[in-house]
Amino acid sequence: MTTPHNPPTPRPVAQPAAAKPKKEVLKEDSMWLQKEMINGNYHDLAIAHDVGRKVSATFVPGNLNELLMCFDFARSLPETNALQNGMRKKSGKMIMDAEREGHSEDVCTYVKADLGMMQAGQIGPTGEKLPVPDVLVLSYTGCFTFMKWFELIRQKYDCETTMLHVPYQGDGKISDNMVQYVVKQLKEEMIPTLERVSGVKFDIDRLREYMKESVKAEEDLVAVLQSAKNRPSPIDGYFGGVYYIGPMFTAFRGTREATKFYSVLRGEIEERVRLKKGPITPEGEMGEEKYRLVTEGPPNWTSFRDFWKMFYDDGAVVVASTYSKVGGVYDFGFRHDADHPLESLARYCLGCYTNLNFPQRIDMICKYIDEYQADGLLINSIKSCNSFSAGQLLMLREVEKRTGKPAAFVESDLVDPRYFSGANIKNRLESYFQMINQKRRAGSAEPAAAH
Amino acid sequence: MPLKEVVERCQALFEDLHFNAVRDWKAAQPGRKAIGFMPIYVPREIIHAAGMLPVGIFGGGDQIEVIQGDAYYQSYICRIPRSTIELGVTGRLDSLDGMLFPSICDVIRNLSGMWQIMFKDKYVRYFDVPQNFKDAIGGEYYVHEMEILRDDLAKLAGREVTDDDLRNSIKVYNENRRAVRDLYRYRSQKPWQAPTSEVYLVMRAGMVLPPEEHTRLVREYIAAAEAESRPKRDNARVVLTGSFCEQPPLGLIKSIEMAGCYIVDDDFHLVTRWHLDDVEVDGNPLWNLSKGFLHRSADTPSKYTERREDKGKFVVDSVRKSGAEGVVFAAASFCDPALLERPMLLEILDKHGIPYTAFKFAENTGQMAPIREQAGTFADSIKLWSAA
Repeated sequence: MTTPHNPPTPRPVAQPAAAKPKKEVLKEDSMWLQKEMINGNYHDLAIAHDVGRKVSATFVPGNLNELLMCFDFARSLPETNALQNGMRKKSGKMIMDAEREGHSEDVCTYVKADLGMMQAGQIGPTGEKLPVPDVLVLSYTGCFTFMKWFELIRQKYDCETTMLHVPYQGDGKISDNMVQYVVKQLKEEMIPTLERVSGVKFDIDRLREYMKESVKAEEDLVAVLQSAKNRPSPIDGYFGGVYYIGPMFTAFRGTREATKFYSVLRGEIEERVRLKKGPITPEGEMGEEKYRLVTEGPPNWTSFRDFWKMFYDDGAVVVASTYSKVGGVYDFGFRHDADHPLESLARYCLGCYTNLNFPQRIDMICKYIDEYQADGLLINSIKSCNSFSAGQLLMLREVEKRTGKPAAFVESDLVDPRYFSGANIKNRLESYFQMINQKRRAGSAEPAAAH
Repeated sequence: MPLKEVVERCQALFEDLHFNAVRDWKAAQPGRKAIGFMPIYVPREIIHAAGMLPVGIFGGGDQIEVIQGDAYYQSYICRIPRSTIELGVTGRLDSLDGMLFPSICDVIRNLSGMWQIMFKDKYVRYFDVPQNFKDAIGGEYYVHEMEILRDDLAKLAGREVTDDDLRNSIKVYNENRRAVRDLYRYRSQKPWQAPTSEVYLVMRAGMVLPPEEHTRLVREYIAAAEAESRPKRDNARVVLTGSFCEQPPLGLIKSIEMAGCYIVDDDFHLVTRWHLDDVEVDGNPLWNLSKGFLHRSADTPSKYTERREDKGKFVVDSVRKSGAEGVVFAAASFCDPALLERPMLLEILDKHGIPYTAFKFAENTGQMAPIREQAGTFADSIKLWSAA
């Protein structure tokens, strides 16, 4: 459950002679900005101990970035490290190394890629050596594996660990009891631990300032994601979406850099809407928009571009994805609230996508299909991720039943290249697109028959 | 009652996947209700205090063919949710008026929502337990969660569930826990008299019988087993761990024993031994249940280990206390909690010089020869080492 740091770099696109240079610069700006941010963060991590800075590690869902910044931590996200290694084709060996050390072939490959990376000397995705974290911020939000993952790292490196248990929304709502439970843990357990490890005293006004910054970026991110309601959609909300959520879900939410990034990005996307342009793909502008899809589940990282290509080659664009809500659901109104900072952090964690119950997840997908005028649902079921995957076949049937739109199912994995079968997935996608066409033909034939 | 009859009764209850014992209990008095729960732990006292029967649902084992349940899950998901769905959609769980899904893992968590969708006429609750073990933090939260359960069940029962009802139920379950502790102690002392293939059935009977009846059954079994004369073999004494949720088939337990192992402790049916000692009766009953949970309860991979030095302590202590010579780590395939825990646990066993062997199973595993060979080799190696 994560987001990539580096955006998919689009192939340089030849611009029409009349194109204004400003637009091209704007596009490059957001890409460039994100790369600079991400590489800068990896470098900050690499040198953190040399410059006397403490390092925290935490997860994308329930990521308390604003809080961690209050203690001046350099911030690492092991899921993101794993997916970056996956995109760079390095994760396969790491996973096998971890399995040779006794980790089961059945369990999450993010965990094994992370442990494999540590075994191999902790060389991060950019080639710089990553430090052993000074504190593991175990935000147990929406994924059971998180708990074992940090227990495993603690076992190996004896890292200080602070646990934040975020209750699951089993009843489909956030109760006051849940919020108070999380707030108490923050106040009485996590913040004192972070103070002790960092040597920095907690300043709630500092937290408020970061949160105000978060809200600006959150507003812009929502505008970007919801731009996909346009026809054609100016963005791909899944493959492109992982690039849009990158800074927000990782080490940047609450920073001015993130605010600037999202402001620039929003400007670019609004310009694409104005020009009625489709999404940018790794091979340039996407052609005609033929299919509008909603996706459920994380993408595969080891063959990310091959996977995406199967969509845009056939004119399929993802207009909304559940994965782009894994590090926070903002498009239904949640914003960090500087007036109630700790409660707001609690509600943020409680509201992350995989902390929603099954009926809520199905409601969300049905709403997306309706509001984004999608042709159907595609589930990419990830072997590693039971939090997402367990029960998705019921989800598929329920969504079909409620929306009348066709749904399809493909299987892959996060960062284990052994579980990506391109030919298989391509066959299924092509059959699915045919199914949508048939449905359309049947739909357009019905009124005629009625007359 | 003679041993054979006790065991046969338990075997019949185990094999009855239509849960006729539950149906009979309900039929004996109109208006009675039964609430199912999945492993590992729910406070059964609250269900009992509402006048209802808590029923442990541990999947379909190797006795049912999963046909419809497979349509809900990918190949890489463990088997217990699919066989549980099979039980549900084939009407075998119709006698249950509700289901509780404790926080074991993401699969069972998601199953709670699936159940809400599939069985809309039933009471369904995901029962979260705290991973923070301070009274003022995790305790406050947990007591509130138990209050919700109490209120919900009171509505379902059509009557109030009073503190006195709860105190009485705590007493009933304390009795049951004492009997179960006695049984485990007895097996640990004389595993040849009380083989785990029988103890398992006696414990499993507690998943469908009222606690008062199960307590009597356990006592009857201990007395009947003691009255038997059974040969003592030169078997290796082992602790079996990793099987806290999906259960191994009974044949697998028998195979381990036939291979030369006495299982002297295990983590099957942890709900019966979750509280390590009696829960306090006097005072606020929900707070007493909470304190028992937070400070004096079993350890299992689904529970956060607060301190690094405590990881694996529960199993190491179990080995020491039961005089075991090794550990059999038997985990269900695709069981995240058990399999993520395994490397940590095995490392700790190594550090303590405790021999171990590890394998995976599914509740419908049919091929026992490899398990028997592995367990046999393990037992032999223990005997060789101890001889040396």
